[in-house]
Amino acid sequence: MKYIIYLVTGIFFGIVMFKSEAASWFRIYEMFLFGSFHMYGIIGSALVLGIIGVQIIKRKNIKSVGGGEMSLKPKNKSVARYLIGGIIFGLGWALAGACPGPMYVLAGAGYASILIVIFGAVLGTFLYGLLKHKLPH
Amino acid sequence: MNWIYQPWPWYVAGPLIALVMFVLLFVGKQFGMSSNLRTACAAVGAGKVSGFFKFDWKAERWNLMVVLGAIIGGFIASNYMSDNTVEINPEVAQQLAIDYQITSAGESYLPPEIFGPDALSDPFIIAVLLIGGLLVGFGARYAGGCTSGHAISGLSNLQLPSLIAVIGFFIGGLVMVHFLYPLIF
Repeated sequence: MKYIIYLVTGIFFGIVMFKSEAASWFRIYEMFLFGSFHMYGIIGSALVLGIIGVQIIKRKNIKSVGGGEMSLKPKNKSVARYLIGGIIFGLGWALAGACPGPMYVLAGAGYASILIVIFGAVLGTFLYGLLKHKLPH
Repeated sequence: MNWIYQPWPWYVAGPLIALVMFVLLFVGKQFGMSSNLRTACAAVGAGKVSGFFKFDWKAERWNLMVVLGAIIGGFIASNYMSDNTVEINPEVAQQLAIDYQITSAGESYLPPEIFGPDALSDPFIIAVLLIGGLLVGFGARYAGGCTSGHAISGLSNLQLPSLIAVIGFFIGGLVMVHFLYPLIF
């Protein structure tokens, strides 16, 4: 039963991703050509509200349900891993035209080809686990 | 009821995505759509070959439920709430047709030239999809997050590492589309 909230949140997220066209290859391609404000508007407006909300949570010290701290821990300081990892991610994002959230949404929408992308993503995650200690972090 | 079938504008979608992030924060989790890939690896026994996958993945089962939800959401939206076409900037659509013979902008949600059933018999297309996914999975874990985890969650929390990662996302994406696409396609 406790998983219902995650399931419902996921369904809601999936509908928003699909209906906003953020899950469309065309929109990702158009974004990287600066052809439309659409994707920047989605990320930007989510971000503005996100920044305001997180500031309110921190200043009022709002706790999560059950009284625990919210997961807002600072990330480890580094440049290499974020920049190199980010660039690798970006190359894939533009090549497949999908990032992880939309991959699942597209699978649900019935695009069989996206299963190859998801398989690749699982494989990529596995490869990272194997090579992690050899990479600059 | 017409608004359900129309594409949702950015000023509706963005705030709803922020809402998803806050719901997850309020239940003590964080918004990120790529950690589930690590959970999936751990769940199928990858902990045997790498310490990176040796963790209590059962405590992370919640993010697999979010994934299941996203799949169901995609099914509902495409089958009952959409005509499955995407209108983009006509100049971009024209450029796609001229440079890459992708003529399906405005007629489909994903280009059938890459994602259609016929394209699946082309080993080149399968390689593009597989390598694209591979880079996404590898890069997301290396960078410690993806679009949702860094560009939304991390930047909302004013994290410098997330800003560096997002700059990386765009460097990678721009290089791919502007310099590598003409070589690949």
